[in-house]
Amino acid sequence: MNATRFARLLALCALIGLAPLAVSTPSRASGGEEKPQDVQWSFDGPTGTYDRAALQRGYKIYREVCVSCHSMNLIYYRNLEALGYNEAQIKNIAGEYTYMDGPDDEGEMFERPGMPSDRFKAPFANAKQAAAANNGAIPPDLSLIAKARAGGPDYIFSLLTGYEEHAPHGHVLQNGQHWNRYMSGNVISMAPPLADGQVTYEDGTPQTLEQYARDISHFLMWAADPYMEQRKQTGLKVIIFLIVFAGIMYALKKKTWKDAH
Amino acid sequence: MTAHMHTEHDDDGETRRDFMAILAGAFGAIGAAIAAFPLLNSLSPARDTLALATIEVDLSDIPEGSSKTVMWRGKPVFIRHRTPEQIKAAESVNLQSLIDKQTDEERVKKPEWLVTVGVCTHLGCVPMGQKESDNHGDFGGWFCPCHGSHYDTSGRIRKGPAPKNLTVPPYAFLSDTKIKIG
Amino acid sequence: MASGNREPFNNTVVEWIDSRMPIFTLLNKEYGVFPVPRNFNYFWNFGAIAGFMLVVMIATGLFLAMHYSADTGLAFNSVERIMRDVNGGWLIRYIHMNGASFFFIAVYIHIFRGMYYGSYKKPRELLWILGALIFLLMMATAFLGYVLPWGQMSLWGATVITGFFTAIPFIGEDIQVWLLGGFAVSNPTLTRFFALHFLLPFVIFAVVFLHIWALHICGSNNPLGIEPKTRQDTLPFHPYYTIKDSFGLLVFVLVYCVFIFYMPDALGHPDNYIQANPMVTPPHIVPEWYFLPFYAILRAITFNMNLYFLLGLVMLLLLLVDFVWRKKPVYLSAAGGLALLVVGGLLVLTGFTGDSCQRIDAQWLEANVGFKNMCGTLQALPGMSAEAAPISAKLGGVLAMFGSVAMLFVLPWLDTHPVRSARYRPLYRVFFLLLVVVFLILGYVGSQPADASVAGVPLILVGLLGTGYYFAYFLVILPLLGRFEKAKPLPESIHDVVLAKQINAETKI
Repeated sequence: MNATRFARLLALCALIGLAPLAVSTPSRASGGEEKPQDVQWSFDGPTGTYDRAALQRGYKIYREVCVSCHSMNLIYYRNLEALGYNEAQIKNIAGEYTYMDGPDDEGEMFERPGMPSDRFKAPFANAKQAAAANNGAIPPDLSLIAKARAGGPDYIFSLLTGYEEHAPHGHVLQNGQHWNRYMSGNVISMAPPLADGQVTYEDGTPQTLEQYARDISHFLMWAADPYMEQRKQTGLKVIIFLIVFAGIMYALKKKTWKDAH
Repeated sequence: MTAHMHTEHDDDGETRRDFMAILAGAFGAIGAAIAAFPLLNSLSPARDTLALATIEVDLSDIPEGSSKTVMWRGKPVFIRHRTPEQIKAAESVNLQSLIDKQTDEERVKKPEWLVTVGVCTHLGCVPMGQKESDNHGDFGGWFCPCHGSHYDTSGRIRKGPAPKNLTVPPYAFLSDTKIKIG
Repeated sequence: MASGNREPFNNTVVEWIDSRMPIFTLLNKEYGVFPVPRNFNYFWNFGAIAGFMLVVMIATGLFLAMHYSADTGLAFNSVERIMRDVNGGWLIRYIHMNGASFFFIAVYIHIFRGMYYGSYKKPRELLWILGALIFLLMMATAFLGYVLPWGQMSLWGATVITGFFTAIPFIGEDIQVWLLGGFAVSNPTLTRFFALHFLLPFVIFAVVFLHIWALHICGSNNPLGIEPKTRQDTLPFHPYYTIKDSFGLLVFVLVYCVFIFYMPDALGHPDNYIQANPMVTPPHIVPEWYFLPFYAILRAITFNMNLYFLLGLVMLLLLLVDFVWRKKPVYLSAAGGLALLVVGGLLVLTGFTGDSCQRIDAQWLEANVGFKNMCGTLQALPGMSAEAAPISAKLGGVLAMFGSVAMLFVLPWLDTHPVRSARYRPLYRVFFLLLVVVFLILGYVGSQPADASVAGVPLILVGLLGTGYYFAYFLVILPLLGRFEKAKPLPESIHDVVLAKQINAETKI
């Protein structure tokens, strides 16, 4: 009898725990956009991990394509260690960029090469400049984009592969606007950023739009959640500990309550 | 606490329950300690702080006889390109006359370059002497304006209340004109 | 105080302290041998669990505060620095972030348990009110805390909620400016919200202390809702309930950890990972899930309460007081009551329809001439315009929302039935479970855009009906049940029931 009661309670806890999930999932504004595709990722599931090669390819796409408009202000070059680069490689990558520093002893600003402790070099000096260079639409910072959009990497992948050359009949696009099946409201200011063969892969991975979209989404997920692997590994240990602890406590409870007559 | 438990039952059950109570208590104590660790560990220097804990300094822009001050771990570091006279003055000092007995050799990696933490070992002021026009003290090195400590061209304390020589930070030459501090 | 008749301890250190300050005697009295009904079910774990969550929130919050910068220019990045650079910072932040949700889960279950088993009834009214006060303080603390990461939802949630105060006639705008320290949610707002968010948990802690004090004066209620009579009805708190609470707590923490480690952002909103931007409003502002039912009540009032509506409402309230709350009507005869019901009802309907006419689609009105004529007539009445309404829709919503929380404070006097536990009140049980369902539905309504509809039913209507039931439950159903519900016979004692269950279980085997 106790067991069934306990099972009932567990079910109730689960229900209460999950109810907010169902409730809090925001229903998108009623535009014509589609739900993001369900993409399979190596980091899915409770034991999923990032794929180092995919991360490096994704970073290559960011460096060569996205960076012309999008900043990643929360990421430092030193963070690239997590992608599998060594110290010398990171130094080289950072050194390719020029940073304004100072003032020096004479009060002058000066330029110096980037260092691992620098944040990713942003394409624009400030938001106003970014807006002016992009017809008034500020390209969002990508550091947290995988967390800041419902659907995360699935959404990014879908968006990047969801462009239509022409708007469906009856829709008129302004100059500088594009039609995307997954963008909220379908109209997006970003031109299709990726195309087959645009970025050269050295590891023989197919150079297709779909592969590019997968890799950049993978990389952006890492950027938004760099401790995911550590989090899941710690979680496993904590949960095993708690299950054993709860088991001991349950046995102790049974034993103690047996003589509660 | 266990004194308040009921005792009217067989010994075997009692022992097993006591054992389980101890086991549960141990698990609780371990769990609490494990949970406390990340909280306390969050107070030690963060990654962005550690990323700045080593710096590289280019020496090529320091002419002989002049100095450069760089910030390292929140403190100024004095780098002096010493002249042959300064080196000679530093090397020829009688060790017995020093307050904190150190040879110049122990304090430099290359005689032309003296690298020290620019914090007076007395009460933590920043000594003067980095600029040509500064007061260099009685021994041609640095002078601390707070309480009048004089340092020589090797950064050693020669006169005044400071007990120790200026600290030499850990550093290494990456090339002839580049050092890494920290 | 208690040192006069205390029993000495064997341990010399304990005895040394206790003879000077009898803290161990006190602890033993309140948590060692303290008599507790022996028949608690697992729902009684949630008080201890809520207390545990408060400690977790204060501990993690303290360490987060050591890394956080309460400045609009720095706040968002300082939180991300915690997530990325501070050692184990992501863990501390996720514990805190999800901790708010799990604190509310524990407290909601705790509150519903108290309602199901009638734990608010005499002599536990003050205990209950202190609990309701804790709930109110928690809501304030949670709201303030949600602003601190300075994401889009932080900014716009704060804008919406402080906007409530503008509903106050005449001085509302000034009060809002005073609260914000500016003309919009900005740097002074963030700084004071941080200070208050740091302070309030300690106020909660103090009220929790009073809550437990009050509990230990009258003792716990139990699933049967009858008071323990003999020693056989109770067990010492230790070891029976220390161990049972520990077990329940561990199961709860297990679920909590699944969220922390495997879906840490599931209960949050993606928009809060976008830095606050006063120039861009998110398309759909939603509060945290634990506020959704109250948010739905706020949004349910979309009509202005004009003079007709209010006059009718006052009449109906009079009716409520005299015929429902009193055993025998004092002011009104039966005929008078009926007249008041008819007139009041008509006035409410007139006021409501007249006001709603202003929002009906013009094309639809053209097609339904009867309605058009009626609306014309109603709107021609003096004082029917929205501007003339003493309580605007906005103020009405705010009043309804605060009123819905206020219901908890007066609950002990609305439920007049002498029997506590729903186990012996078949009708009450049905109405209460319906309330829980309505509360969850209101939560869903609150999560959706205001103009959404499900299966053709506009959610605004669902919200209004749900709000209606919520208030009817407290103001009408409970007083009526108190007078007319016939309870099942109560058992003689707790011990009898426990014994019968044990024998039943043994014969089954």
